[in-house]
Amino acid sequence: MHSEAALREPLILGHKTYHDITNDIVGPIENKAPRGWYILTTIAGLIACYGIGCILYLFSKGIGTWGLNKTVDWAWDITNFVWWVGIGHAGTLISAVLLLFRQKWRMAVNRSAEAMTIFAVIMAATFPLIHMGRLWLAYWVFPLPNQFGSLWVNFNSPLLWDVFAISTYFSVSLVFWYIGLIPDFATIRDRLTKPSWKKAYSILSFGWTGNAKAWTRFEEVSLVLAGIATPLVFSVHSVVSMDFATSVVPGWHTTIFPPYFVSGAVFSGFAMVLTLLLVMRKVMHLEAYITVKHVEYMNIVIIVTGSIVGVAYITELFVSWYSGVEYESYAFINRATGPYWWSYWAMMTCNVISPQLFWVKSWRRNLTFTFFMSLVVNTGMWFERFVIIVTSLHRDYVPSSWNMFHPSWVDVGIFIGTIGIFFTLYLLFARYFPVLALNELKSILKITGESYKAEAAKQHHH
Amino acid sequence: MANKVIYAVYDDPEVLKGAARKLVTSGVKVKDVYSPFPVHGLDPIIGITRTRLGIASFMFGITGTSLALLGFWYFMISDWPMNIGGKPNWTLYHNLPAFVPVMFEFTVFCAAHGMAITYLIRNKTLPGMPARNPDPRSTDDKFVMEVRTEDNHGHSAEQITGMLRETPVFEINEREY
Repeated sequence: MHSEAALREPLILGHKTYHDITNDIVGPIENKAPRGWYILTTIAGLIACYGIGCILYLFSKGIGTWGLNKTVDWAWDITNFVWWVGIGHAGTLISAVLLLFRQKWRMAVNRSAEAMTIFAVIMAATFPLIHMGRLWLAYWVFPLPNQFGSLWVNFNSPLLWDVFAISTYFSVSLVFWYIGLIPDFATIRDRLTKPSWKKAYSILSFGWTGNAKAWTRFEEVSLVLAGIATPLVFSVHSVVSMDFATSVVPGWHTTIFPPYFVSGAVFSGFAMVLTLLLVMRKVMHLEAYITVKHVEYMNIVIIVTGSIVGVAYITELFVSWYSGVEYESYAFINRATGPYWWSYWAMMTCNVISPQLFWVKSWRRNLTFTFFMSLVVNTGMWFERFVIIVTSLHRDYVPSSWNMFHPSWVDVGIFIGTIGIFFTLYLLFARYFPVLALNELKSILKITGESYKAEAAKQHHH
Repeated sequence: MANKVIYAVYDDPEVLKGAARKLVTSGVKVKDVYSPFPVHGLDPIIGITRTRLGIASFMFGITGTSLALLGFWYFMISDWPMNIGGKPNWTLYHNLPAFVPVMFEFTVFCAAHGMAITYLIRNKTLPGMPARNPDPRSTDDKFVMEVRTEDNHGHSAEQITGMLRETPVFEINEREY
């Protein structure tokens, strides 16, 4: 059997058996949900309803209810879109990229990170859809024959690339997630006794048998999907960045955008994973599976991607000066010292300075500090998109059209609403779905389980 | 004599692998193994060949690339060429760089979904299918080896169970069918 170096910290703490893993993960689904779950779901649900109300109001009145004006004609809507897509990057990064790198610690976090990805991408997709104003014509973004309009869609436009990138990313992530879920749904199906529940999980598990050939195929599909999902993750935010980079707006017209957006996306995605997981491990008693070491690994990813983002900000600043283009230089000086200076410095503090604190080992292993930092990073990344979008637009080439952006209550309501919808979906997931990848955790139990490692070390000394 | 199916239940994947190896070397054919997670190294012992799903995925992928190229040519070049930003769509060759992102996305789309659908059909795992694992514990913590007498005319059911009892087996269940 494959054994692991004693130097590595165990990934499953205490003495667990295969059956214990099933109990720990399926138990919360069988039992009545704790009161806290009902309270949180009610709060999230109410916020979600308010958001949906704002969206319906938007449909009835039109985009004019947002705070947009002639100069700043793209603001919170696209900021929120990019923010949510960015958050949606962590799930596939964890499950696909870390699978290719054979990182075993991914197994405790991939399931919930992928769920988060799917919900975040749904929230992201909401924004361009509602921005269309006439949602019922949304299918016009697909190449459809001419009777629907006078022309085909424009394949030269990054906005259309985005349609393909987001829909591919969403559907492939969903399939990847679900294929991993099937064997775990089968575990729940075989364990539950209440007929109606058994029936429900029986449908969800697609009749999974877990025979040898099925597992061979399962592993092949996981590996190949990971292989093609990896370039897909990188392509999605690259395409999102090209929505800006291919335009000629000073502050947007930058070749550094794709890698800079991708690392920013991973950065914010890991922060959101930490926000959710730190709460979930406590509430659902998953301390043995999502250990301090897992949190530390994720914080290391945050340092790396945060530093890439920091270097990108500084490179951008340098190039705007070095290019000798006055408009370009002004765009960046204006970001730091203009009327939106506070958003620029909020972004700099949250995204460049704060992740560097994780170089201190005891801090990156401190759960309360990590939770606080995850919120800081998410705030910072929202400001990054706001800075890029609004501060680049609010100073036009013609000073007479310079303007400020003030969000309306509909802007705010829809943004807060998407957070509510996101948390509602996540809470439903945590209640009814296996929150950890049971089958994967069982496969590493005897390799990285604390008691098994201790035993292996003892035998090694004899 | 009625055919018998023997289920040998193990509680550790390594023990099961050892037992399977022992049976196979004595000329017994192991029909299948049901386990809660993939048991690495088991496939060559019980004679399971490598899956061709990877090849299928590649085929779906290049189909996607070809369809995307055909689409670009028809939509953008042949049916309604547009002049966007002074860059007219006269030939596919000249406009190809702008089409790369969608071509890539569509390739991934077809490769991923084509393979996923093939996988579900080949495994006979589709919505509404009934559970077909012989022992519900095989999705929890037990590893179940299935041996059928109809595959093993050289051995009687008693001989096979005898061999299984010599391994550290958790329990043995026999069933006629």
